[in-house]
Amino acid sequence: MAAAPGKPASAQAATPSVMTRRGFLSTLGVAWTAFAAACAAGAVATTRFMFPNVLFEPPQQFKAGLPADFQTGTVDQRYKESFGVFIVRDEQGIYVLRAVCTHLGCTPNWLEAENKFKCPCHGSGFYRSGINYEGPAPRPLERYRIVLADDGQILIDKTKIFAQEKGEWSSPDSFLKV
Amino acid sequence: MAVLKKLWDYTRNTQLWNSIFRHGPPDTARNRGLVVLTNVFLHLHPVKVRRSGIRLRFTWCMGGITFFLFLVEVATGLLLMFYYHPTVEYAYVDIVDLREQVPLGVMRELHRWGAHAMVITVWLHMLRVFMTGSYKPPREFNWNVGVLLLVLTLLLSFTGYLLPWDQLAMWAVTVGSNMARATPLLGHEGPGSSLLKIGDISLINAGNDARFALLGGRFVGAGALLRFYVLHCVGIPVVAIILMAVHFWRVRKDGGISGPV
Ligand code: FES
Repeated sequence: MAAAPGKPASAQAATPSVMTRRGFLSTLGVAWTAFAAACAAGAVATTRFMFPNVLFEPPQQFKAGLPADFQTGTVDQRYKESFGVFIVRDEQGIYVLRAVCTHLGCTPNWLEAENKFKCPCHGSGFYRSGINYEGPAPRPLERYRIVLADDGQILIDKTKIFAQEKGEWSSPDSFLKV
Repeated sequence: MAVLKKLWDYTRNTQLWNSIFRHGPPDTARNRGLVVLTNVFLHLHPVKVRRSGIRLRFTWCMGGITFFLFLVEVATGLLLMFYYHPTVEYAYVDIVDLREQVPLGVMRELHRWGAHAMVITVWLHMLRVFMTGSYKPPREFNWNVGVLLLVLTLLLSFTGYLLPWDQLAMWAVTVGSNMARATPLLGHEGPGSSLLKIGDISLINAGNDARFALLGGRFVGAGALLRFYVLHCVGIPVVAIILMAVHFWRVRKDGGISGPV
């Protein structure tokens, strides 16, 4: 609550060296408000400090090469290490499975001989499509957005996730027809 | 003997001695009390303890053993810090190095066993306090301080779990930190977080939620290793030490160790 301008000046003119009660209280109010605001700003800034602007992580979108680089009937693991994805091609086209177990987040392995994904942590199993069929995983593996870039390469976008149980696997970007 | 007595008497009368100890020899009840009251460490402890209160069958000495184990963890942990780098490149090889090459390779195992033991003794201490009804008024507040200390003990174990940087550590912490996704409001898969959105853009996503702050990234990587290291070696121990001081001091303020009824 700021004092009306002019008022304190006249009060001070009357009693030059004595602060009035009203002037003191309003100064106190301003001081505490400023102090509280400074503390709050400090707290916000400190919290923000914990969220880095630049991450030394692989980008969320990347180009994975031409569709012809992926053979029909294979589960491709070349970007499993670097980007955490399986790229699967079947007769209809290509889809990208997120290599994160839907149980508690470990990385499943593709077992070619048994034609399934198997999670090493608690043994969840998934079909080639990503559908879960054994172990504790409660839902299928998720798929990432896949589109063709202007240069004809496959563009994989990890910011968009398609979940089978929400019926999202039928949306056009979850699947690349080739 | 006479010489020793003389020396002892002489020492007790030097200015040096008297500048440190401001009370006479602990041969009277008053001086024995002063020994405790004038010592910054001992004053956290009750001045007098009932004989019945420290019967091993009553306390199991579990609180004391827990504190002892904490001190073991501090000492061994400090020593381990001389060799360990919290970086992706060196963390695992440093652990192997500590086991294979560094003299007294059992140091790291002592730290690990001590940690396991501390979790067990904390629980047993809690069980004892519960079974003897020692949480009842006027000790309710101290029970709550104790619960916080239990949580801190578990967090110390959790953060220390990641530091060896092997497969077990990676995946255990991946699984553990995934729980933070489900934080109400602040986790991107948690209840209520979908309410925090402006138009179509949700404010809470994998790149700014509680888990992200914990890991310093979207997955368990270099940032997580460093953050867990700092929390493990500095952040949590400092809070734990402060709360322990409060905990012990409150035992005294709440009337000493509770006696058997
Ligand atoms: S995390 Fe994959 S089965 Fe538990």
